Parts: sequence; C-alpha cells; structure tokens
Amino acid sequence: MALSCGIRVASFVIIGLGLLAGVLPAAPRVRADTASIVIVPIHRAKFLAGQRFDFRVEANGITTTPTNWAVRINGRDATEVFGKPGRVTTSDTSYEQTFDDVTFSNPGSYTIEARVEINDQTLTKTVAYEVVIAQPTARPAKNVILLIGDGMSLPARTAARIVSRGLDQGKYRAWLEMDDMEFSNVLTTSGMDSIATDSANSASAYATGHKSVVNAMGVYPGNNADTNPNQQPRVENIGELVKRTRDMGFGLVTTAEIQDATPAAFVAHTRRRSEYMAIMDQMLDPVRLPDVIMGGGSASLLPQSTPGSRRKDDRDLIKEFEQRGFTVVTTRSELNAAGTPAKLLGLFHLGNMNVYLDREVFRKPSVLKQFTDQPTLMEMTAKALAVLEQNPNGFFLMVEGASIDKQLHPLDWERAIWDTIELDQTVGVVKRWAKARGDDTLIIVTADHAHGMSITGTYWEGDGKTGRDAVRVYQDAGFPDYRDTSGNGFPDAVDVPRRLAINWANHPDYYHNYDPLDEPTAPAVQEGAVWVANPKRNRGAATLMVGTLPRSVDQGVHTVEDVPLTASGPGAEQFRRPMDNTELFFAMVNALGLDARQGRSPFSVAEEPIALTGASLSAGDNAAASNTAWASALGLPVQTLPAPVEPGLLANVSLMSGVLASAWVGGAWWRGRRRQEVPELADDSRPRAVGGDR
Amino acid sequence: MRHTDRRLRRRDLLLITLAVSLATPAMGRATPVSTGHGQPGWPPVFGARPEPTPLDFSEFYSGGGARGLVLSDKLTALNGQRVVITGFMAPPLKSALDFFVLTRVPMALCPFCSSDAEWPEDIVFVRMPPGQTIQPTSAPVRVTGTLDLGTKADEATGFVSLVRILADTVEVLR
Repeated sequence: MALSCGIRVASFVIIGLGLLAGVLPAAPRVRADTASIVIVPIHRAKFLAGQRFDFRVEANGITTTPTNWAVRINGRDATEVFGKPGRVTTSDTSYEQTFDDVTFSNPGSYTIEARVEINDQTLTKTVAYEVVIAQPTARPAKNVILLIGDGMSLPARTAARIVSRGLDQGKYRAWLEMDDMEFSNVLTTSGMDSIATDSANSASAYATGHKSVVNAMGVYPGNNADTNPNQQPRVENIGELVKRTRDMGFGLVTTAEIQDATPAAFVAHTRRRSEYMAIMDQMLDPVRLPDVIMGGGSASLLPQSTPGSRRKDDRDLIKEFEQRGFTVVTTRSELNAAGTPAKLLGLFHLGNMNVYLDREVFRKPSVLKQFTDQPTLMEMTAKALAVLEQNPNGFFLMVEGASIDKQLHPLDWERAIWDTIELDQTVGVVKRWAKARGDDTLIIVTADHAHGMSITGTYWEGDGKTGRDAVRVYQDAGFPDYRDTSGNGFPDAVDVPRRLAINWANHPDYYHNYDPLDEPTAPAVQEGAVWVANPKRNRGAATLMVGTLPRSVDQGVHTVEDVPLTASGPGAEQFRRPMDNTELFFAMVNALGLDARQGRSPFSVAEEPIALTGASLSAGDNAAASNTAWASALGLPVQTLPAPVEPGLLANVSLMSGVLASAWVGGAWWRGRRRQEVPELADDSRPRAVGGDR
Repeated sequence: MRHTDRRLRRRDLLLITLAVSLATPAMGRATPVSTGHGQPGWPPVFGARPEPTPLDFSEFYSGGGARGLVLSDKLTALNGQRVVITGFMAPPLKSALDFFVLTRVPMALCPFCSSDAEWPEDIVFVRMPPGQTIQPTSAPVRVTGTLDLGTKADEATGFVSLVRILADTVEVLR
C-alpha cells in the first residue's frame, strides 16, 4: 500500500497550499490496482434468524473520501433495514460503515449490494446470505454435549481403538465409546482464508456457524484487525444464544488452559487467540459467563505479584469469580469435595494441564512439579454434568480433549493416544449419564482439524532387529501387545514388546524414536534461524528424519483432511452425510429448537463497542478525533471537522475534508511501511515449554 | 487506525533487531563467555570470590499450585548470594545478547515473538555483565552470578521476571 515518494512530496505541497487557502478540492485518487470493497459477514454466510452480528462494509485501498456510498439489502437501504445509520470510520487508505449489533429476523435469502463512487470511479460488491430458523428434529434435545478431540483425526481414533480395545484375528474385541454411537459422518475444516485451519477458527465455526480466519474466534476480520484485535465484527455464539434465549446452563471443560483456542471460541470475540486477558474479560461478562469452567490456565487469573502469574496488573480474577458466586477448586481433592455448587470454576494448573500419561501413569516429579493432584477429564466432566443438570432449562456443554493436538504437534503419539483414550472414557461417562436420564441429550464427538499421523504397522525388536529394520509391515505387523486387564480402557503398560509403528506426514528435522518418551521432549531445537533435530530424541535406534516443512517450523502441523464425527441422542440423525463445519452449529440449534429472535442481544450490553479510536465516541466524534490525530501527526494545525455525512449524502462532502484527504496521502507512506515491516505472526505457534506439555 | 498498540511497536523493535542481527557476522564460540568483576550482591572477600551455591530448577518452589507458587526456603535464603545453575537458553531474536532467559529444558519456539508468551514457571532472567554479550546457543548453559528475587520489570527490556541472576560468568557446555 505504500505510495510513491513523488506522491508524498506532492501531497505535502497540496497540504501546504490547502492550509494557505483554507480550503482545497479533494485530490481525486483511487488505487485502482488495490481498491476493493469488503463486506462481512462474507458471501454465503448463513445465520440463525435473530442471531446477532456486526455488519461492516469497507472500501479499502482508497485515499480519498468516497463521493457516493450506498449499501442496499434486498434493494432497501441498509440504514432502513437495520434501523440505524451505521458508524462511519475512515483511515488513510479506507472508508468503512459498520452496523453494530444487528440481526435478520425473517428467514430467507438476502442480497447485499455495496456501491462506492470516488469521483468517476465505481467499486461494487455483492454478497448473498441465507437466514434460517431451527428445523425441528425427530425428537427435541434438552441438552447438547459437544466433545472435541483437538486434532483427533481418524488415525488417532483407530490407534486409540487398537491400544485400548485390541483385536482378535482382525476383529476388535470392543468398539470405543466414541465408535459406539448412532450416527457418523465427516466434517470439513477449512476457514475463509485457507484450506488449513487452526483450533480457534475451527471451534469458532462450531460455536457460531460462521467461517473465519486462522487465530480468530467469534469475529470476522476487519481491516483494522492488527490494531484492534478485540473489536472486530462479531457473530453471536451458541453460549450467548442458549443463555439469552432460554436461560440454559453453559459449561466449558478442557485439559488445556481455559483461555486456549477451543474453549475460548465458545465465549470470546477476538481476531487473536493469544489475547488471553481480553478473553478472560469477555468470559466474565454475564452475557456469556459459563456456569462451569474447568481446565488449566490459572496464571491468567492471578495478580501479577503472585509467583506464577502471567498478568500485568493487580486484578485477582479468582476473587472476581468468587464474587460472581463461583465455587473455586484447584485440585482433584477439592473437586471431589466440592459437592454440587450452582457455579464452579476448576483451575488445576497454571498452564495447560499435564497429559494423562504424565498425570496418571509416569507421574515424574520433574514433569508434574507442584501439580500432583490434577483430576482426569472423566472426573471434571462428571462434575460438570452434576452442576449443569440442576438447570431446569437444560444446558450446552463443550468438553475438550485438548492435548491430543498438543502432543501430535511434537510428534509424541503415545501421549496423544492416551489422551484420546481419556476423551473416549469421558464419552462413556457422558453416554451413561444421558442413558440414565432417558436419552434427552444430543451427544456429539468430533475433532476440529486433522494431524499428519499415520499407523504403519508394529515395531518389534524381538528378533534382534532395531530401528527402521524393526518396523513390521503387512503380515509381519501382526497385532501389538497392549493389554487392558484392569478394564479401565487404558493398557496396563506403555512400553510393550510389540508396539504401534507410527509415522508422520509432515515434520521438521527430528529423530524418529521407537520407544515412549519418559517426559515430553521437543522434536526440534533452534540453531540460529532454523530448527534442527533435538539430540535428546536421538535415543536407542532412532532414525534421523529430514524435515518436510520449512526450516522455520519446529513441529508437526495441522493437516487439511476431513475429520470424523459420531453422534447419539435426539438430533443425531442430522449427521449422516459429509457436512461443512459451520453446519455443526445449526445441527445443535435444530436439536435444541433455539429461537434466536427471543431475548436481549448479548452485544447491546457489551462493555467494548467496536470503535476505531475510543469506546464511547459517536460516529462523528470518532472520525473527528482520528482526523485530529492525523493532523497532529503531520504537524498540522488541528481543525475541527464536520461529522461524516450519512450514507447517501456523501456527494455533499465539504471542501474542508479535501484538506484531510490530502493529509491521508501524506500519512499513507508511513502506514504502508509499517504494514510491510510487521509480518503476521501465527499465534497458533504460541511458545510451549516442551517439558511441561504446553 | 492511526492508533498503534504497544505490541506492534515491540514487534517492530524485535524485527528491526533481528534484521540487524542477521547482518552481523557470527561471533566465535566463547567458553566461558565472560568473567565479570565487581558484581553487586556478593560480599568482598579478600583474595577469593565466595563459592557459588549450586541451584537446580527443581528447587525454586516448595509448594503452591494453581493459586500461585511458593518460593522455596533455599531460593529465598540465596537472594543476593552467588549461585550457579545450568539450563537452556530460550530462543532469542538476535545474535548478541546482553540478557536471556534460562529454562530447565529447551523451549520450542520464541516466547519473545508472541504477544502473550507462555513461559514455564521455572525460568531465570539472566542479565549479562555490563558491556558483555553472548551468542544464542541450543547447548546447555552454566550461569554463575548473583541471585535477585521478586517481581520486577527489567529497565532495559520491560521483561517482567521473578527470578533473576546478575551473571558474572556464563559458560556454554558443548
């Protein structure tokens, strides 16, 4: 977006002349090569009638004020349809109109046409929306429980079945709990920006029914996402919907930090999943505050003076939860002793909880440190059900097996698969609970994206071969030696003589080891600007694998394949053909029969309205304030400007704003350079201490 | 949109630093890297520096949990004393470091690159002796220096830390 030096010089000349003369006509300029209109929500977006959202039209790549601006919805002016004028904002290269907190109440098709004229040039954009009401299922569901195995693609489910259940002459001795369900299908996982997605974007699709971009949840990306990640165009999520329309219970249970992408996507609206403090603030808002929250991540709740805190202020969020009526527990013992409170916050680790193998099997002090009394996912979920079933209106509960993904990333299949089994045992808890109360609950088990894990056969050193020569394929693979004599679903031993041989579709340079790692160990370490194989994984007969990913990548990455889904209970019949991931939202809504046209908007009481330069400015104040800032930045006298005109009246833009249009050009060079210098950092690659399975 | 948040500025600084560092020729390996004199915190002993007390990452905290950690008696007693500890350098963004973060195990990824770095609980902020720098390394690093405890923001970097060592010697163990 950088403008040429000549334009810059010229613009300052124009500004100078403009100041001398007092007024100047706008310098007509459209960057024809980059100018475009963006409308969010995007083309083919689907809404539940009454679902709240922010509607935004951006004209980007323009450096002067549009002379005409028209947004029409099914032929009617948007201001008329939404009953308000929309908030006009500008930048040095864009012009926007945002309608905060609007909705479509009537089902049907909507065509949105935006037409922007800048002197003799015209930009147009047309998108179409579909608005639906809940389609009743054969039986209504009182509750919905969504269990997400993060990164749990088909190979993870198969490996868990082999390890947990075993086979006799090719037939499994038993199905997994997540296999033994009434319906199954597959979901797509791609977002609006890329075929490859992350957990924020994919969970956001489940939570809202809308596509977004990597690292985003509950919002569409606006053109100011870099500077205002927490004030982007929102779409209402199912947590907000069940609370406002029916006063239902709402719960989130995870083995990750409670601010991590998957649980956060069911409450938060942010372009950046790493905005943990903003996510906590949004979670605490009564319009979406869950009744049950369990997982790790207490570091983001402790005041900065407390050792272990990650906050940069003195707020004690644990106290704030207690003030909102929450019982707070921090160990398995406290969880078991907590009875059945009305509201429950369980925080069992400063960061992510340890994985099942480290928590329950290896129990190495150097790995667990102070956290020797963490509950299992089964225990957390059982308690969540006990708390939530007190609500006579039913509930929505999301349960996440988070570290399946967090261990597939570092290519540690044993830790990932034991956590898959833990999620499966949790599915068993949920199924038995639902059956005991008469099968009134839709239970869905799925993943949010895939990982490049594959099961090759078995590994066996019994005949003296080691390393890759001991990988057994086809008939030589036979069957591995895992046995579950205790019947708890988990094999008695991890390091059995004949174990699974697992390979990876994508990876950095790393040592492929054939034995379980006794503690989490990073596959790659940094040498200068590149990542090289971690020598600590060069153990036994390990094979050095040359990476298949850019050298800047330190771990395995998500893959793009569809993910399997299984479901039982009322509404489960909806899952019998391949589905877009956004349709999971509508399937849950259908089963519950939610009518989003009831109740008060969660956004109407939001603490932070979307604004470019301040939370409480009106449209006119807002633009005037930012114009003033531009003038100041350029050393120009600060002038009070007329408020931006309403759409449709823009042809009457005053001559005074011509001065500013020129000033934008001067500012554009600086802005453009900044944008090029600041590359997008993938927050998905949040740093992790590999010793602590982050 | 004129508004730029702090994170953006910090990223800029880091990236500029990175750009500068990439243009800097690699320094030769130095083991030990530095031998400082006159470091604050240890008492003047005629003829010999006091022997540093060995410290292990497992000895930082004596208890606590999700509600916060409790500093161990050993760590507290050693505040202001010379200690020696071995760990790994967290991935930095530049080639000549006057400070770094020491961790028990190698960290995956660069915590400085993220707006909300997820550091483990047991880390040490190591400040190099004045005027001395060290090259990034993936090898184990032995740090000797004066222990400084308490939540504090580093004046030069703004990095908030709980456990710091003002180093007089830093050795790369290859």
